[in-house]
Amino acid sequence: MSELLLQIDGKEVKATEGMTVLEAAQSAGISIPTLCHHEKLDPFGGCRICIVEVESGGWTKLVVSCVYPVEKDLVVTTRSEKVDRIRKTIVELLMAHALDSPELQDLAQEYGAERDRFEKDASFCIHCGLCVRYCAEVKKKNAVGFVDRGINKEISFIPEIASKECWNCKECFPLCPTSALQAAFVLTKALWS
Amino acid sequence: MDNHKIDKIIDKHNGEASSLIQVLLGIQSENHWLPNEALKRVSEKLRVPLTRIQHIVTFYKAFSLVPKGRHEVHICMGTACHVRGATRVLDTVQDLTGIKPGETDLDLKFSLDTVNCLGCCALGPVMEVDGKTHGKMSPVQTADVLKNYK
Repeated sequence: MSELLLQIDGKEVKATEGMTVLEAAQSAGISIPTLCHHEKLDPFGGCRICIVEVESGGWTKLVVSCVYPVEKDLVVTTRSEKVDRIRKTIVELLMAHALDSPELQDLAQEYGAERDRFEKDASFCIHCGLCVRYCAEVKKKNAVGFVDRGINKEISFIPEIASKECWNCKECFPLCPTSALQAAFVLTKALWS
Repeated sequence: MDNHKIDKIIDKHNGEASSLIQVLLGIQSENHWLPNEALKRVSEKLRVPLTRIQHIVTFYKAFSLVPKGRHEVHICMGTACHVRGATRVLDTVQDLTGIKPGETDLDLKFSLDTVNCLGCCALGPVMEVDGKTHGKMSPVQTADVLKNYK
């Protein structure tokens, strides 16, 4: 594992090969907003809120920092007019699903996102996958998973596993940025008892 | 569908987790749908978590988690078939089977579905029964074709 140097927001940052841009930024104390990132879990790249601008070889491009590996002499800009505009739209889209999530409200304030830009579809789940991945990767129980696809995608507990494992765990509850997970759990419990 | 039959399909793919979709397709084509017990059996034998299996079977339209009829009828509603009278073909099938698209009749004989293009527009209107294509259908011909299925 060799060390390499890159520049984030004008600051020289030392990183190890294989690290992501997000990890490098965090190690240097530079904050990038995230929703689907969790240090114990594999990178997912689901929410796209950690998008940044990178410049390498004379080209500027937009990348998702939680899944983009560091490169030598990479120049990263974590905030620019373009990045802010994209994050604003992402927050506005997510707020169509979970308007009153505190995490989204903070981001909305930061990036000036409008509350009612998109028609509401209050599913309360923003598909960050934190519960699904935590249950699979950390607890290795696979009690909750995704079902369906596209606009119909949602999280779903496997009742047979959940009834055995979830009572004494519930470690995924505080991870959920919108509390949709708790609603899904209560619903599963109600339907099966 | 009993476990013996499921195990046979799994063994055909050497019980490899990477053959999950092939195993599920095998069960689907033999049984016409995927009962929860079958999914559990596959999950145990292939050592794939049930959440993953559920994600996959709800993702692909080829899988069904509700019972399907012995014969699957697909009516093409693509543009070419539509202008050549696919709606009349669909109406005929609905009248004869008594089911709407997406439904299955009570004796599990037919399942009806509409599709958006079967890729043989020159044959429109097209009806597909159990993978066999019937082209240039008129309402009368539609009735004749359905009579052949028991």
